[in-house]
Amino acid sequence: MEQNNLFTNNNAGQDLQPKDFKNDNIVRWCPGCGDHAILSILHKAMAQLGIPPEMTAVISGIGCSSRLPYYMASYAFHTIHGRGGAVATGVKVANPKLTVWQVAGDGDCLAIGGNHFIHEVRRNIDVNLLLLNNRIYGLTKGQFSPTSARGFISKSSPYGTTEDPFVPAELAFGARGTFFARGIDVELKISQEIMVAAARHKGCSVVEMLQNCMIFNNGIHSYVTDRATRADRTIHLVHGEKMIFGNERNRGLVQDGFGLKAVTIGEDGYTLDDVLVHDAHCESNFLHQQLAMMDGHDLPLALGVIRDVQASSYEADVDAQVRYIKRKHGFKNLRDMVLAGDTWEVK
Amino acid sequence: MSQRIDVKFRQSIVVRFSGDSGDGMQLAGNIFSTVSAEVGDRISTFPDYPAEVRAPQGTLSGVSGFQVHIGHGLHTPGDECDVLVSMNPAALKQNVKFLSRRGVAIVDIDAFKKSDLVKAEFTTDDPYTEIGLKSQVVEVPMTTMVKAALEGLGMDHKAQMKCRNMFALGLVCWLFNMPLKNAVSFLEHKFASKPAVLDANVRVLRGGYDYGHNIHASVSTYRIETQDMRPGIYCDVTGNRATAWGLILASEKSHRPLFLGSYPITPATDILHELAKRRDLGVKACQMEDEISGICSAIGAAFAGDLAVTTTSGPGLALKSEALGLAVMAELPLVVIDVQRGGPSTGMPTKTEQTDLLQALYGRSGECPLVVMAALSPTDCFRSAFEAARIAIEHMTPVVLLTDAFIANGSSAWRIPDEGEYPEIKPNYVPEELKATWKPYQRNDEMTRYWAIPGTPGLCHCVGGLEKDYETGIISNRPENHERMVKARALKVANVARHIPELAVKSEDEGAEILLLGWGGTYGHNYTAWERLSKEGVKIDFAQLKYINPLPLNTGDVLSRYKTVIVSELNSGQLATYLQSQFPQVHFERINKVQGQPFFVQEIVDGVKQIIKGGE
Repeated sequence: MEQNNLFTNNNAGQDLQPKDFKNDNIVRWCPGCGDHAILSILHKAMAQLGIPPEMTAVISGIGCSSRLPYYMASYAFHTIHGRGGAVATGVKVANPKLTVWQVAGDGDCLAIGGNHFIHEVRRNIDVNLLLLNNRIYGLTKGQFSPTSARGFISKSSPYGTTEDPFVPAELAFGARGTFFARGIDVELKISQEIMVAAARHKGCSVVEMLQNCMIFNNGIHSYVTDRATRADRTIHLVHGEKMIFGNERNRGLVQDGFGLKAVTIGEDGYTLDDVLVHDAHCESNFLHQQLAMMDGHDLPLALGVIRDVQASSYEADVDAQVRYIKRKHGFKNLRDMVLAGDTWEVK
Repeated sequence: MSQRIDVKFRQSIVVRFSGDSGDGMQLAGNIFSTVSAEVGDRISTFPDYPAEVRAPQGTLSGVSGFQVHIGHGLHTPGDECDVLVSMNPAALKQNVKFLSRRGVAIVDIDAFKKSDLVKAEFTTDDPYTEIGLKSQVVEVPMTTMVKAALEGLGMDHKAQMKCRNMFALGLVCWLFNMPLKNAVSFLEHKFASKPAVLDANVRVLRGGYDYGHNIHASVSTYRIETQDMRPGIYCDVTGNRATAWGLILASEKSHRPLFLGSYPITPATDILHELAKRRDLGVKACQMEDEISGICSAIGAAFAGDLAVTTTSGPGLALKSEALGLAVMAELPLVVIDVQRGGPSTGMPTKTEQTDLLQALYGRSGECPLVVMAALSPTDCFRSAFEAARIAIEHMTPVVLLTDAFIANGSSAWRIPDEGEYPEIKPNYVPEELKATWKPYQRNDEMTRYWAIPGTPGLCHCVGGLEKDYETGIISNRPENHERMVKARALKVANVARHIPELAVKSEDEGAEILLLGWGGTYGHNYTAWERLSKEGVKIDFAQLKYINPLPLNTGDVLSRYKTVIVSELNSGQLATYLQSQFPQVHFERINKVQGQPFFVQEIVDGVKQIIKGGE
C-alpha cells in the first residue's frame, strides 16, 4: 500500500518568516510565563519548516497553554478540555495534507485527556503534540497536576499530594510512541530544533516542553534550568553524536549493566570510546526510555530528540486503504453499489 | 411483475421465530424476510434479541426472537403473529403473548423434555395449559428429523443442532408457499467458502419443507397477495443501513468526503459496520477510543471540511454533550445519529424507546440550540439522514437525528432512488466577493456562518468554544455581545424551518376535532391505528412529526385547528411537554408506553377511544 510519502507537503520550503505565523491578537499570558517563549519558538520553527499558514492547523484543548491557537495566523481551533488530540485526529484524517499541531498542558493532556493522549500515540496519527509541562493547573489557579511530584503542596493538596505523578515520556513509550523529544522554555535553539524534527516526523510526535509558571509554580524546573548548573544537569542528545555534557564537555554517558552511568572522560579508566552514541532511530525503545527517565540528579535530564523511528501513520493508512478498496471495487457511487447487491424490480 | 399468487386468505401474515440466542433465529428470520421480499411482498421485520450474547441455554433470559410481517399495505411488524416457531419451552413461554388466538404454534417437541421444562421454569408437565396457550400447536420432532437428514455426514451433535433453524425455516417456507430456491441461493452466498456447511444446511432446509408437505393436512396454509409498490428497483434495508446510505448520498450531493468518528454501542453499531465497509465508496469511518473522541474527531473533520458524522445511542449522546456544545459554539456542520434504546443508564440496550427527545433538545450546558429530527421508518432513515446532512451543511449547525432500536433493526423494502431524485447540497462557502474582508463569525441573511476550509489561502482563522465578538470573531466577554450571539445562534436554527416541508395531515373526514400526533419511529403504529379508527368511524386526523427543532412553520396553525391533540409516544410524554411549552393554547392528551417495546396498534386505538370517552 502507498505510504507516508504521499503526503509530503508540496508547498514546503517556501520562504517564510516567523511574522507570517503571528497575528494581531494581544497575547494574554502572565508576564514572564514560559508560554511566551514557546509561542515565539513555534513561530520560528514554522518559518523554518516553510509550510504556509493555510496548510497549518493548530489545535488545543483547555488551559493556559491552550490559548496558543489565538496567537497563530494559521487555521486554528481552541476546543474543549482534554479533547484536543481527538479533534486533531479528525482534522488530520479529513485532510492529511495539513500539518497539524496540538498544544496541550499537563492537566489537559495527561489528566482529562489522558485516554485520548495514549490512543493518539498508539494510533500514530501524524500530529505534532506540544505538551507544555509546568506541573500545575494555572488557569484554575493552582491545583496539583498529574505531573506534580508526590507530596506537592497546592490549593487542592494543602497537606501534600498522596499520589505519584506520570512521567510523560514513560506514558508515550508505554503507548508505543514513535517520537519523543524534550525541550525547555529557556533553551530556544534546542526547542526550535525539536519542533522542526517533530513536524518532519511522520506519526505522532510528542514534544515535552518544560515550562515555568511564574504565578503558581515558579521555579519548578529550576534545578535543571538554572543557567549556572544547566550544562551539568542536562544533556543535549543529537542522533549520531556522543552523549557528552557538562560545563567542561568532559562528562559522558556509558552503559552500566542494564542501566546508564554518567562518567568523567579520562577518569576511572573511561575514555571517549566508552561514551554511547545516540541512536534516535533505534527500533527498540529500551535505551530511549532510560534516557528519557533521567531527571537531572544522578543522571542529566535529556533534551533534544530522544526517539524518532519510522512507522506507518494512521491517516496515511486510512487514506491508502480507502483508495485501494475504492479502486478494487470500482463502484461509481452509492446507487451503483446498491444495484450490485440483491435487488428486485417492480414494474 | 407477474401475479404469482392466485389465492389469498389474508391481507398479510406475521411469523415469529423464537429460540435460544444461539439457535440462529435472527438468521432464519432474515432469510425468510429476504425470500419473501424477493417474491414481491411488502415486508417489515422486528428482531427482538436478548442483551446477553449467549445467556444460559434454554433459559428465559436467553430467548431470541425475529418477527416478520409480509403482505399488503402494512407499516409495522404486526402486533400478533399468525405463526410462532419456538425451538424450546423458554422461547414458547416468552413469546406466547404475541401469538394470535387463531394462530399456530410450531414447537420442537424433542426440546420439550422434563429438564427443558425445568430450565424454562415450568412447574407442571403441561406447558401449554400452564401458559394459557389455546391456539393450535403443531409438535414437530425437529431434532430427530435434523439428525436423520444429516445422518452419515460425520457431523457431531453440536454441529447438527446448529442446522435446526434451517428446518424451521424450511417448514415456514412451505407454509407460505415460498419456493426454496431463493433461500437456497441465500445460503449458497452465505456459505460460499464452506461447502460442507452449505450442504448440511440445504439438506435440513429441504427436510423442513418436505416435512411440512407431508403433514399437509394439519395446518392451514396462507398465501400472500402481491402488493402495489411504485415501479422501480427495490432492495431490503434495515434502518441502520438506510441511515448509513443516506449519509453517503449526502456526501455525493455535497461533494464533501464523508467522515465517521464513532464508538460501538448497541443498537447503533450497525451504522458503523456499514460505513466501515463503505471504504469502497471513499468513506472514512474511524472507530475511536470512546464516545467523546468519536464526536471530537468528527468535529475536527468538520472543521477540516468533511461531512462529519458520529453515531451513538442515549448513553453515548450524554457523553457527547459537551462536545456538541463546542460544535454549536464553533458553528460547524455535524450529524449526530442517536439510535434510541431503553434508558436511563445502560437500561435495556437492545430494546426500543423514544426517551432521548428532551436530552437531544436540551441536554447541554448554556443556551445551546441545535436541529433535532426523527426518522419515521426503516426506509425513512435514508431520507432523514440525507436531510440531516443537508441541513447541517447548508446551515452550519449540528443536527441530531433520532432513530430507535425498532426502526434501526427493522427492515423494509426500499425503492432505490433514481439519479437526480435528491437535490444537490450547497455548502455555505465564503463567497468570492467577501473573501477580502471576511471574518470567521460573519453571517449570511439566514444568520448562517460561512465554512472556510483549512488549506484555503487567505481564510486562516480561529474558532473555538469561547464566546466570540459578533463582528470580529475575536474572543469577547462583553455582556451585550454574548446575548447578541446567543440570539444569533438561536435564530440561525429557527431559520431552518423555512427550508423544511410543512407538517402534513392525513384526514379521512372533514371536520375532525381530534388529531393523533406522533413523532419518529412510531409512524407505522400510529398510522395503522389512525386507519383502524377511521374505518371504525371515529373522526380523527393524523400527523407524524419528523422535524422537531425547529418545528415546521405551520405546526401551530395545524395543532390549533383541533379541540384535542393526542400525542402518542414511547416515553412518559416528552413531545407533549415540548409542544405544550410552545403552544400553550392547544389542549394535549397523551398516550404513553415505556416498556422497551413498540406500541401495539390496538393500544393506540384503545387509548384514543378512552380519551374520547373521557372527554364526553
